Amino acid sequence: MGAVYVLWLRELRRYTRSRVQIVVSLGQPMLYLFVMGFGLGAVFQQAGRGSYLQFVAPGIIAMTVLFTSTFSGIALLWDRQFGFLKETLVAPVPRFKIMLGRTCGAATVAMIQGTLVAVICVAAGFRPVSIASLPLAIGILALTAILFAALGTSIGAGLKDMQGFQMVMNFVVMPLYFLSGAMFPLDNLPRALTIATQLNPLSYSIDGLRATLIGQAHFTLSMDITVLVIMGFVLICFGAWRFSKIEA
Amino acid sequence: MIRAENLIKKFDNFTAVDGVSFDVTAGEIFAFLGPNGAGKTTTIKILTTLLAPTSGKLEIDGLDPTRDQHEVRKRFGIVFQDPSLDQELTAMENMEIHGALYNVPRKIRRERSELLLKTFELWEKKDAFVKTFSGGMRRRLEIARGLLHTPKILFLDEPTLGLDPQSRNQLWTQVKYLNQNEGVTIFLTTHYMDEAEKVASRIAIIDHGKIVAMGTAQELKDRTQKPSLEEAFLALTGTALRDEGANAAENMRQMARMWRK
Repeated sequence: MGAVYVLWLRELRRYTRSRVQIVVSLGQPMLYLFVMGFGLGAVFQQAGRGSYLQFVAPGIIAMTVLFTSTFSGIALLWDRQFGFLKETLVAPVPRFKIMLGRTCGAATVAMIQGTLVAVICVAAGFRPVSIASLPLAIGILALTAILFAALGTSIGAGLKDMQGFQMVMNFVVMPLYFLSGAMFPLDNLPRALTIATQLNPLSYSIDGLRATLIGQAHFTLSMDITVLVIMGFVLICFGAWRFSKIEA
Repeated sequence: MIRAENLIKKFDNFTAVDGVSFDVTAGEIFAFLGPNGAGKTTTIKILTTLLAPTSGKLEIDGLDPTRDQHEVRKRFGIVFQDPSLDQELTAMENMEIHGALYNVPRKIRRERSELLLKTFELWEKKDAFVKTFSGGMRRRLEIARGLLHTPKILFLDEPTLGLDPQSRNQLWTQVKYLNQNEGVTIFLTTHYMDEAEKVASRIAIIDHGKIVAMGTAQELKDRTQKPSLEEAFLALTGTALRDEGANAAENMRQMARMWRK
């Protein structure tokens, strides 16, 4: 058994055992789905943009993946506080492998959570336009999960206490979500907002999901995938570098 | 097995370890005694590759920990001062992760986990979550885990801190048993004089980053002409309290208590 595998397995075990937490963390996406989905539905329809539920569901699935993967990455902070981090830092394993194991674990957990929310979306009436493009949608979701898990790990490597966690929540995760086009179409936005959304990797995740699930794209699918692959790679390298700097 | 020569570690303008030299032979139980902040944990961190020394020579099983980090890490096990178990996992799962991190083949890992968990009387609890364990059980599990990859050296940084006398006694009995049976060299730090005297073959007393005395418990007592190791320790390190930073109110309260007497 390799170090990467065993650390991946650890994340998965911890996740599947916290059943209450799984249910609780489905609450927020469901709130967004039902309140926004049905609340704004009429206005959206009147503006001639079709079903808002169809539009917002990919955004909510991506949001779930964003939240879960970033938090699992930041959970490094808990490992620091409960001491387990030291056990991995003193082992004869390159830091890069430790970081990779954690990141893959966090990404897998986020994928499972995203799938659960996707099922809820379908139950609420969301219908993907083609089954054939589902594998591609799953691929985009996986890229998203890896990208933000690596971001979470990079941030978690520098955090020392709970205050830092709140800061990240308010100044990184929420802005990423609100400036991604998860809830509104990206066309005809004020200039500042356009720039912000174009710099946000989550915009490309959501666009890719919309392209594959409902057949609407603001950018192009190939551009979405290219951005996600490059950003994912950059963030994994950045995370590995940050992780190598941790002092026990 | 462990050799340090003129080891120095400076943090900004504070010297935590100031020219420490010692030699621990294979199979020995070596104790580092010292007041709070004397440099015990810093020394252990340097020996276990977690900190680089500012200067000085260091050898672990013939290797230099600052250069052959990986090789050195395979050769020792460590029990930190603070817990380092994953509480959300079971005892066996903690052993499993350690085995994988240290590349212990599955079959050997299983056999050795069983042997060690039985030695430390945790076998019945192997599938229980660590969060349900008592302080003594957690410490024993940490030691069992640290020995899983059959290290040549085991570092124990105040392993009995906060344990009741029964747990302490049991823990040392088991550690001594493994020291004799597997010949593992043990480097420990503690505040408890009786433990050091009972367990260690040699003791080094460290204060303000310097070793002030080294030898068997008997030699230390002879040198200071004191009947107990505790008194010898106080004679060597003084009786001044080390936890500085007590505030004015605290001092007032102490004064008041004294006046009442």
